[in-house]
Amino acid sequence: MPRLLLLALLLLSCTRTSELRVFAAASLADALTEVAAASGEKVVFNFGASSTLARQIDAGAPADLFVSADEGWMDWLAERRRIDPATRVAILSNRLAIIGDLRSARSIALADPAAVPAGIYARIYLEQEGLWDELSPRIIPTDNVRAALHAVESGNADAAIVYVTDAATSRTVRITTVVEDGPPISYPAAVVHGAEQPDAAKRFLAALRSEAAAAIFRRHGFIVRS
Amino acid sequence: MSDDWQIVWFTVRVAAMAALLILPPGLAMAWLLARYRWRGKSIVETIVALPLVMPPVATGLILLHLFGRRGAIGSLLPFDIVFTWRAVVLAMMVMSFPLLVRAARVAFEEVEPRLEQIARTLGASNARVFATITLPLAARGIAGGLLLAFARALGEFGATILVAGNIPGRTSTLSLSIYHSVQLGRDGEAFRLLLYSVAAAFAAVWLAEFMAGRSRARG
Repeated sequence: MPRLLLLALLLLSCTRTSELRVFAAASLADALTEVAAASGEKVVFNFGASSTLARQIDAGAPADLFVSADEGWMDWLAERRRIDPATRVAILSNRLAIIGDLRSARSIALADPAAVPAGIYARIYLEQEGLWDELSPRIIPTDNVRAALHAVESGNADAAIVYVTDAATSRTVRITTVVEDGPPISYPAAVVHGAEQPDAAKRFLAALRSEAAAAIFRRHGFIVRS
Repeated sequence: MSDDWQIVWFTVRVAAMAALLILPPGLAMAWLLARYRWRGKSIVETIVALPLVMPPVATGLILLHLFGRRGAIGSLLPFDIVFTWRAVVLAMMVMSFPLLVRAARVAFEEVEPRLEQIARTLGASNARVFATITLPLAARGIAGGLLLAFARALGEFGATILVAGNIPGRTSTLSLSIYHSVQLGRDGEAFRLLLYSVAAAFAAVWLAEFMAGRSRARG
């Protein structure tokens, strides 16, 4: 019995690591993984909807750096003093892509337009175009933008609005329209307040703004902001 | 508030539908497991129990691949399953099936085989013996299992979120809505929904225990 307890304690203590923990929007999954590999920094990623990640950070999840897919969730964390505002910088932009035909589609996959940035951008765009009221009953809200892409990839949804960069990761889906006049899309990054690895986080944030990273981001279809 | 009731009512309705739909195949399976020995029985027993122990998300993934529009079964059907209320019912059925089978099997095993033999020697057909002797004697155990299956269906989350998504007003069950409200930071709404689900689960399990107690007392 004491041995079992010891083992349990050992298992609990093993979860602490000294790696840099980056919470980042799902749409950045491929590009950021590549940038991290190129930078030589040891990074553990948590990719997901920016809304989910922001709430996890607010609840005290161990994060060093946060990269959001919109300013709104970064503002939300800033109001709660969960990020270091001096480090906050907008690093990337993106464009929306429509997959399939929205008007004839029976189901349209969107990242949850109530919370997830990709879905919020898509909703703003559809409202601009006067299509929201017509299309909203057919919308399937998903956990994050990659899940929306997957829904249309697997054939379970007829259409989707995702980022151009997500559509580019798929071999099977074809972009019908690239949205050029949609809402401005911004990816802010900031070091999390009380990060365990603030120096590594700042180093990685600088690496994200390097020329080498810019080349990788551009290749994935992002617009690099300077 | 009216949204709340829509969610509660939808959840109770689909869970009840799932429990009723698994009743015939569940009873047949329980009967086969309780009364007969056959080749591969232990394999079938294990497969039936799998959804109890497998990660619900893994079960959901299997269902998604089978019943998606391009899935082995989904592509043969004239209607969509994935991302509709049918997917909610399907996930609930699969997840609660083992509970019903287990309870019904025990109930069948507790029926004295001699009573069935006597009925048969008196000239009753197998179907008649089942309907007039076995089923009434096992009824309480089966009803308890049915309620347990219903309670399990009420709380289904992991498989449902994969195959049905969380579409407000269409596939949003209590569990999915609680998760969604927490995601959005609507803690008050989440707490309200939580209370409803506790109440519903409590009622179902309490009734199931009550039934089980009565059947033990009679036995």
